[in-house]
Amino acid sequence: MEGSAAMAEAAVRAGCRFYAGYPITPSTEILEYMSTRMPQVGGVCMNAESEIEAIGMVWGAAGCGVRAMTASTGQGISLMQESFAELANAQIPVVTVNMCRGQGDYFQSTRGGGHGDYRFIVLAPSSAQEAADLAQLAFDLADKWRNPVMIMGDFLLSHTSEIVEFHETVAQRSADKSWAITGARGRRGITLSPLGPSEKLSTDIATTLAHAIDKHAAIKAEEVRVDTGYLDDAELVVVAFGFPGRFVKYAVMLARERGLRVGYVRPITLWPFPTQAVAAAAERAQAVAVFELNAGQMIEDVQLAVLGRAPVHAIGGISHDHSGFGVGPLLNVEYILKRIEEVYPKKGSRVQGNLGL
Amino acid sequence: MQKVFEKPDLLLKTEHSLCPGCGEPVALRIILELIQELGLRDRTICVAGIGCYTAFPMIMDVDVMQALHGRAPSVATGVKRVRPDAFVFTMQGDGDMISEGLQEVIHSAARGEKFTAIVFNNAVFGETGGHMTAATVLGQHTKTTVGGRDRERHGNPIKISELLAQLDGAAYVARAAVHTPSGIKLTKQYLHDAFRAQLEGKGFSLVEILTMCPTDWFVTPDQGPAFLEEKLKPIYPLGVIKSL
Ligand SMILES: Cc1ncc(C[n+]2csc(CCOP(=O)(O)OP(=O)(O)O)c2C)c(N)n1
Ligand code: SF4
Repeated sequence: MEGSAAMAEAAVRAGCRFYAGYPITPSTEILEYMSTRMPQVGGVCMNAESEIEAIGMVWGAAGCGVRAMTASTGQGISLMQESFAELANAQIPVVTVNMCRGQGDYFQSTRGGGHGDYRFIVLAPSSAQEAADLAQLAFDLADKWRNPVMIMGDFLLSHTSEIVEFHETVAQRSADKSWAITGARGRRGITLSPLGPSEKLSTDIATTLAHAIDKHAAIKAEEVRVDTGYLDDAELVVVAFGFPGRFVKYAVMLARERGLRVGYVRPITLWPFPTQAVAAAAERAQAVAVFELNAGQMIEDVQLAVLGRAPVHAIGGISHDHSGFGVGPLLNVEYILKRIEEVYPKKGSRVQGNLGL
Repeated sequence: MQKVFEKPDLLLKTEHSLCPGCGEPVALRIILELIQELGLRDRTICVAGIGCYTAFPMIMDVDVMQALHGRAPSVATGVKRVRPDAFVFTMQGDGDMISEGLQEVIHSAARGEKFTAIVFNNAVFGETGGHMTAATVLGQHTKTTVGGRDRERHGNPIKISELLAQLDGAAYVARAAVHTPSGIKLTKQYLHDAFRAQLEGKGFSLVEILTMCPTDWFVTPDQGPAFLEEKLKPIYPLGVIKSL
């Protein structure tokens, strides 16, 4: 199964019953899959007329307590930002997929372009299997925290066919939806609003907004997920995420075969970022390298984690081919290996306090 | 003494925070009366836009989903699609629906979404303090059309009801006004027919309600009805535009 289909099927199995989307490469396959799959399970798939409408529809469905999802690519995700910010304030659990071109949308995914103090939990799968697992997890996390969750993928993840095994999730059945809009049978009406509380006749906006934001610390404490390898004796730690993270793992193995003591850290949650794992690895190493297919975005989170314990080198870069989908020439194990060798610390070369900027 | 008039139970307070002479609270009262009379309260879901009427959800005893500026029709689409048994209506202003969210309401109408869209048309952005919307009439003075809306400089107003009535998904479209007692009665009739169209699954329904905004028309509250009658009604004639 391709990664996008795997994610869509996983979402259905996680109880997603509403999907709205607008086509854009490389996220279109999710819409295609949902358009036939949703009706089979009694769900709804909407061919929204724009991304702004797609996220609005998802808002309506999710606000009614139904598990709902949309997917797009950086460009379309840009159009959804106002809703993203306010969905987080309104504490409505939606799942969105950002199938990026390259990895240029790291900032967009982890910081967002919306207004205010909101955060999305951001998951970055590196294979179709992990995409399926994280798609299911995304719905559970969204419900658990009543906070939107984004899955950040890319062209290769979307289009690479791999064997996928689906695991059943149970958490959905216990998800608390008592806040949802259902019609006010047997109770006072409620208002589900990003602007204020759900209690009628109240204007205590500050408390509600504080509640939407207070949970950020707890999410940071509980939800960090990270994949690491060969760190015990690593002189150089390479940080990479998503599908390119798999290329890096392989390059690290090859480097080991050549006698270089290299390890890797692959953040699975981009927010919350695995700050402690990166810091601990940098504590023991002589240098840190970041491979990402953009002009240098995650490297800022790495630098914040390393906090001057070791130099941090950018070994990735913008990697476009004529297709514009951001796969490009840099996503190449030989190239990554060469860059690892270039920044591999020479004996006694560690420079204290150098942020590597 | 015999009580001849009281607020509907679904209105939680008799006071509101809108201006004296505003037409929107009158429209709200009629909507809530009708929901009560038709016994729809328990399955009503209102999707509210952003404008002066955004103060209403806190005093309405029904479930409300607050949408962003212009987005209510898409949110209502999501709501109605997952809760087909709910009675769903949107509450938007002309700025919200006709300026910011025109595409959303057009597509919702074209798809024949089975909710009732209610637009309070006062031909001005009330909440922001009196600026031109897509429904401001030619010659109307606003803070951004000082000296009057001019065809060349500011373009022409959009007649949303006539526009949407053309679409096959629209089952019921009517324009009413709340500036006179008979107008209020007619508004209630049109709303009733629009609600019926939804409940019978006929398709999209829209009631455009002309409302007074004395504050941002820069007239006194008692002059609001006359302003509506003289300036808005000739451009926006009242009546049922489509009924399938
Ligand atoms: C995206 C966005 N743009 C602008 C605004 C600012 N804004 C708030 S209310 C409003 C005007 C509302 O006008 P209308 O819908 O006609 O309702 P009225 O206030 O006249 O009742 C505007 C422009 C906003 N809230 N969101
Ligand atoms: S500004 Fe106009 S629309 Fe807003 S409350 Fe005042 S009169 Fe009503």
